[in-house]
Amino acid sequence: MEFLVASSIGLLIACGTYLLLRGRTFPVVIGLALISYAVNVFLFAMGRLTINMPPILRDGVTEYTDPLPQALVLTAIVISFGMTALIVVLSIRAYLEIGNDHVDGRPVGAPSEAGDKN
Amino acid sequence: MGDWIVVPIVLPAVMAALIVLAVRHDIILQRVFSIAATVALVGVTLSLVVFANGHDPEMYALSDWPAPFGIVLVLDRLSAMMVFLTSLLGLGVVLFASSEWDQRGKHFHALFQFQLMGVNGAFLTGDVFNLFVFFEVLLIASYGLMLHGAGADRLKAGMQYVVINLTGSALFLLGVGMIYSVTGTLNMADLAIQVSNVAPGDAALLRAGALVLLLVFCVKAALVPIHFWLPGTYANAPAPVAALFAIMTKVGAYSVLRVYSLAFGDMAGDMSWLAQPYLLPAALITLVLGMTGVLAAKRLNGLIAFSVVGSMGTLLTAIALFTPESIAAGLYYLLHSTFSAAALFLIADLIISRRGQFGDSLNTAPTFHQSGFLAVLFFVGAIAMAGMPPLSGFLGKLQILDAARDSDAMVWIWAIILVTSLMCIIGFGRAGSVLFWKSASVDGEITVEGAKWPVLPIVAACGMLGALVVLTAFGGPVTDYLHGVAAQIFDTSGYIQAVLGENALALLGQ
Repeated sequence: MEFLVASSIGLLIACGTYLLLRGRTFPVVIGLALISYAVNVFLFAMGRLTINMPPILRDGVTEYTDPLPQALVLTAIVISFGMTALIVVLSIRAYLEIGNDHVDGRPVGAPSEAGDKN
Repeated sequence: MGDWIVVPIVLPAVMAALIVLAVRHDIILQRVFSIAATVALVGVTLSLVVFANGHDPEMYALSDWPAPFGIVLVLDRLSAMMVFLTSLLGLGVVLFASSEWDQRGKHFHALFQFQLMGVNGAFLTGDVFNLFVFFEVLLIASYGLMLHGAGADRLKAGMQYVVINLTGSALFLLGVGMIYSVTGTLNMADLAIQVSNVAPGDAALLRAGALVLLLVFCVKAALVPIHFWLPGTYANAPAPVAALFAIMTKVGAYSVLRVYSLAFGDMAGDMSWLAQPYLLPAALITLVLGMTGVLAAKRLNGLIAFSVVGSMGTLLTAIALFTPESIAAGLYYLLHSTFSAAALFLIADLIISRRGQFGDSLNTAPTFHQSGFLAVLFFVGAIAMAGMPPLSGFLGKLQILDAARDSDAMVWIWAIILVTSLMCIIGFGRAGSVLFWKSASVDGEITVEGAKWPVLPIVAACGMLGALVVLTAFGGPVTDYLHGVAAQIFDTSGYIQAVLGENALALLGQ
């Protein structure tokens, strides 16, 4: 179980990082989504991996799972969901306004604009 | 006084909701509400500063849940000073924007109030996860402000800004997760105790978590090698927003100072002053890189943005020394660099809006209205940013150099700060002479539509410069106050007792 969770987090982060470094906005958005999934699973695991345990301590309960990471994951999911929606809208708007979907605003092979910026 | 601690968060939050729900169709009412709320915020935060100066740190438990189980807000001298600085800067920005900028897009004032809420919350919170939440609040508001009155260049820079900060947020959660998995707490004061008690086998994980967190704070503070988002973002943001963002880099610097002096400071055993060996070289490289950018800049806004990177390098050099003297000097420079960066962005907008199609490119152009008056303002702002006498930048850099005298890296710090100051003077001198002096000999005159003497923007820009003059004139009392702030930062037991009660220190290092 530890191996399964750890390797899936690692795989998600690796794929997310690869996609994040791509030049077009769509893979970047997918990359960010993958990384946020990985982070959510990681947050779950930080309260140790337990199965079929109650999250709330009552009389007679000796084994329980840590409820705090679950609350944190809920917050993280809400924020990352909203942010994914925002960045999808933003990249569509940028595509419509700039005319291409590259993160630095110019198609592959076009001359660099660095000379007349800044 | 305890209940007033939450006001700098609640007041902008309520105002933002009111503005967006009740008065969204009436720009005049929006301005009235927004300015009135910011003035009230200045009053409240000033009284918090006065209160914090005479008292030990004070805690406010949200919903009255006791620490470390609930979220706490903590008011000490440092956080009081930072919220006061935020509200003063906010007042200048909202006055500037209320002339015309707030009509170029929708919901400027609502987003502005949410931004103030996020920044104030980040300064006041005593909980690491709550710090993440307030980071998100201020970032989400800043995304909206950054894209205010969009355009192709701004969208491109905004997209990059959002992506880098979302990545930063993911890393923040990873860091928080690692720290929680080892210490079982997210309350900063409790963290300080748990870090001293951590099992040797878990130390590596805790160290990794703490360094991931440092990375995230340094993204916010625009430290090399993760500074690259700042020049593009600041140079393309709307002017009042760029001025407001002067406080955003300071949020990163504040977080470094808070977490790495409290939880990973004196009492952390093996992990004492964990951030120091990484922070100092990075800060010095940032300083060199920022000021080199000032020399190389071809546009006015780019020039100012790179000078902000350079000033963050100076500030974090002072913080990285982690001595009471250097922290006090760094905080003085923090106050100074916030106002001077904001003033320069506001003045640059006044210049750009008068240059018509020449915009902010650093080329000679015919003269424009009030070029003499604006030249004086730009000159004063540039003197402040470069750290020349008589303004506060000089005093700040002098104190930092003085505080670095006992450091092992003293030669490096002195050499780099002095040489980069010269670079900054040359960069701003060249920009000023191109914009005003050489342009004076070009025939013709640029005429643009709009108010000739826009009152509010000029008042706001002069107000920011006036804050620098006050900071200089009252350099002595301000420095005395900042030494008190630094002393309280190093007296971590006072902070811990304020949050966890008198007996908490008995749990240290068991």
